[in-house]
Amino acid sequence: MATINLQISPLRPETAARNFIVEAGDPFVHEILKGQTVRIVDLEGNQAVDTLFFNAHDYADRYSAQDTIREQGNIYLTTGTRLISTEGNVLLTITADTCGRHDTLGGACAQESNMVRYAFEKRYMHACRQSFLRGIQHWKHGLEKRDITSNINFFMNVPVTPEGGLTFEDGVSEAGKYVELRAEMDVLMVISNCPQLNNPCNAYNPTPVQVLIWDEHVR
Amino acid sequence: MRSTPLYTETVPGGSTWSHVLKRGTALRITDAAGGANVAAYFLNFEMPAERFNLPDTLKAQHTARLTKGHVLYSDMGRILCSITEDSVGWHDPISGVSNAALIEKRYGKATYQQAHNNWHQNARDGLIIELGKYGLGPRDLHATVNFFSKVTVDNDGCLHYSPNHSRAGSCVELRAEMNVLVLLNTCPHPLDPGDVYAPKPVELSISSVPAPRSDDACRMLCPENTRGFLMTEFYFL
Repeated sequence: MATINLQISPLRPETAARNFIVEAGDPFVHEILKGQTVRIVDLEGNQAVDTLFFNAHDYADRYSAQDTIREQGNIYLTTGTRLISTEGNVLLTITADTCGRHDTLGGACAQESNMVRYAFEKRYMHACRQSFLRGIQHWKHGLEKRDITSNINFFMNVPVTPEGGLTFEDGVSEAGKYVELRAEMDVLMVISNCPQLNNPCNAYNPTPVQVLIWDEHVR
Repeated sequence: MRSTPLYTETVPGGSTWSHVLKRGTALRITDAAGGANVAAYFLNFEMPAERFNLPDTLKAQHTARLTKGHVLYSDMGRILCSITEDSVGWHDPISGVSNAALIEKRYGKATYQQAHNNWHQNARDGLIIELGKYGLGPRDLHATVNFFSKVTVDNDGCLHYSPNHSRAGSCVELRAEMNVLVLLNTCPHPLDPGDVYAPKPVELSISSVPAPRSDDACRMLCPENTRGFLMTEFYFL
């Protein structure tokens, strides 16, 4: 079994500047300013939170899964992971993590990929890339489908084997687990709280998550 | 059965190549000298908003490596290319491309002024310039594949680059399942530990190939691919 390191945060929820609940199947788009810390809480357990990050001042400069994986030499995200952009900037650093492992290879579900993976009649089930498109269309500022790149799946477990196998496994998360990130520059965060019902990424029961944001130097 | 090539070309190391590979043809890439790396990216030429989607490709086929029998999925559930031949056995879909900072850190700086066409180029800039020729740009470059390179993942998630993975004469063949804008770059793999900038050439050949049959190996690899081929064929109705 792989090593899992857990890191608890000293930040207290009552000192957070902002506090949101994002229901399953909803997008959530918000700027996180340099120095602020954002926490995503898996309120009820085993809920995948598909997330994209952009440089808030240049959306062409955005989170890159491949650059992040290669620069840390590891496919799993956890405390200490620096989220690297396509231009080589550090967007955010994971500063606390009580889940221990997050995926960035599995991507986001889509109506079209559900048709391929499960059955043609899954087409009209809700999917993350529907939420991503809705989120960026409402945010405006010129974001479009080509800006939806390989995302992070917080709380999702997609192990890769030494032989090159890849599977979606039951989550390693549970109710109340959280991941926390410090913004190293002004970033735009785009979340789809995953509505997938066809695999165990949400334990077949998509549930709400909480997003907390602390200003710099607050404890 | 492969027909006489319609076209052949040698692409030097450190270079970028692009072509609209037509449905009904296949592109064979051969490692001319051994130790090649080919970063590759694919878009639907008719509708470039549809492009290679790495996560969809990996999860549909339950794989973190690519070889014969696998296909390359777009974000629309359709197949851009199928891998119909492969003498290497493992191509890397995880590590992404080299960039200017990485190449300078590993090999030192060699500008065009200093080295003319032996300058130190990188895959990211090469691919973005090439995308520019089609009216596309940095926002259009998503995750890529590295042909001829192998990177394994251990039980803790750590990456391990396999040196000397591809020998001279190794080849991989990509059959176009739609009209695909193919972009290739021959800069070194970003995890190649070598300290001398010596990117390797590849030979390309394009041939006519028959449409995939009902018992095609890529179609039959898994139920997901069978549905992926049907979705691709529906696109042409």
